[in-house]
Amino acid sequence: MILEARSIAVRYRPNSPLALDDVSCQVGASELVAVVGPNGSGKTTLLRALLGLVPVERGSVLVEGRPVSRWSRRLLAQTVGVVGQHEEAAFPLSVAETVMLGRYAYLGPLAAPGPRDRAAVQNALEQCDIVALSERQVDSLSGGEWKRVRVARALAQEPRALVLDEPTASLDVRHEMELFELVAQLVAGGLAGLVITHHLNLAARFAHRMLLLERGAVVAVGSPVEVLKPDVISRVFQWPVSVSPWSDGSPQVIPLRPSDPTRTTP
Amino acid sequence: MSAPRLGVLAVVVVGCLLLGLSAGSVALPPRQIWSGLWHGQGEGAVIIRELRAPRVALAFLVGGSLGISGAALQAMIRNPLAEPYLLGLSSGAGLGAVIAITSRAAGPWAVPLAAFIGALAAVALVYRLSLVSGRRLDPHVLLLSGVVVGAFAGALMSAIMVLSDAPGVRNAFLWLLGGFGGASWQALAVFSAYAAIPLVALFLHARSLDLIALGDEAAHHLGADVDRIRRLVYVCTALLTAASVATCGIVGFVGLVVPHAVRTVFRPLHQTVLPVVFLTGGCFLVLADIVSRTVVRPLELPVGVVTALIGVPLFAVLLRRSLP
Repeated sequence: MILEARSIAVRYRPNSPLALDDVSCQVGASELVAVVGPNGSGKTTLLRALLGLVPVERGSVLVEGRPVSRWSRRLLAQTVGVVGQHEEAAFPLSVAETVMLGRYAYLGPLAAPGPRDRAAVQNALEQCDIVALSERQVDSLSGGEWKRVRVARALAQEPRALVLDEPTASLDVRHEMELFELVAQLVAGGLAGLVITHHLNLAARFAHRMLLLERGAVVAVGSPVEVLKPDVISRVFQWPVSVSPWSDGSPQVIPLRPSDPTRTTP
Repeated sequence: MSAPRLGVLAVVVVGCLLLGLSAGSVALPPRQIWSGLWHGQGEGAVIIRELRAPRVALAFLVGGSLGISGAALQAMIRNPLAEPYLLGLSSGAGLGAVIAITSRAAGPWAVPLAAFIGALAAVALVYRLSLVSGRRLDPHVLLLSGVVVGAFAGALMSAIMVLSDAPGVRNAFLWLLGGFGGASWQALAVFSAYAAIPLVALFLHARSLDLIALGDEAAHHLGADVDRIRRLVYVCTALLTAASVATCGIVGFVGLVVPHAVRTVFRPLHQTVLPVVFLTGGCFLVLADIVSRTVVRPLELPVGVVTALIGVPLFAVLLRRSLP
């Protein structure tokens, strides 16, 4: 396992309720795991716990089998690449400069980037298909391009795991499909992938396993077919849905309207 | 970094330094500067060696240090409008100096030392306050604490000045306005002693500043120890600003205008920005000092007045140009 949470509990303040309670999650190489759940269900908290950014009250978080608290930030960055939810550049760098920041964890304070660093950056730009953008200023990019640049920066870290927090928020259909296809391709190439998303249908089509969270606890875990059950989804998201398989067998969730004949009260 | 731009920068730096040595109430031609500097001969030798050379060097170092402080703080607070003085430092240093001046503390070291103590006390207080209100050093809380501590120190300073006698008030006021009139090799040595370590430390963390400027989460994910870098930036900029205020009083706008201008011309990566800001800030203050001692000679305008008079219009132009 590359990323692993074992029955963790997280509490942000001493007397507040648990933000995560007894949550377990494993991501291995060549495996894409999607974490889904309503707003405030603890998805981002799980991500932060897996990265050692919030302490766990119970349970343990392991990265490549070693407790995350024992990893230095630098070594962790060489193992796990993260694309966060939001990021705005304070000073506009070029795309190539931004992706080169992914090499921070490998560079000494004064060292200039060497051939290996440049190769990693070039490789990342190619994988994300943004070589043509490399001289552009990041503040002139579209939302989809900016996301790809940040994925490229995470890949320049040459990680073994890639973690994405709502990567397709505010992207149109083409760009969200392109991004998921890119992630699927990277995972097929050997990366461990963890995606937090609100897109149940995309998660069902791309992820090998899904984890459904509700108010900090795991409701369902397993293959998309095992997790996306209409009664469970209707209850957790508090909206009636119908689930029908797409031609490839992946379950697709359709939220229902009152006039729909199949509507049943959750 | 593009070579032609660097070439222009080198010419500007040398030009500013020469101009600084030659301009003044007694104008000296380049030949006299040369013989005065290297051979100690000629009518201008004493002026060059004992007055102008330390003065120009000090102005250059202070300007560079203020510029670096501004650039580092702007990266840390992720706002191109941040400035060293926002951290309440100037008022802390001013309070210390005013106490020393109005109580007629003797000796050349008394005022700078008091300014240092005042500045460091203000830093400690701001640091402490921002730790209380949030677990980590949140830049916004830091700024807020800086403003509050600055206002408190400023009020104390005004109270002390009102309560002291006329010569005390005048001296304190002149010191607060700032200037390099008292520059000497000794002052240069004192400033260098305080500024060397923070300058080197910030240069070594240029790449970390690039990451911090992306925001906490992104910097974490890329491998930066955000809290440690924040602390380092904070302590280093505090030391640099304290040293500058102790040396020449309150000189504003260098830390604000210079990094902003440099970012519009050079790439905004800090391995480029920091050295260029250091050189440009140095030139800016040397030029401001030339203006301060030549426009109303034999009197001198406070250099802080000059930096504000040049800095504000320059800033307005930059701001207009940088807007779409």
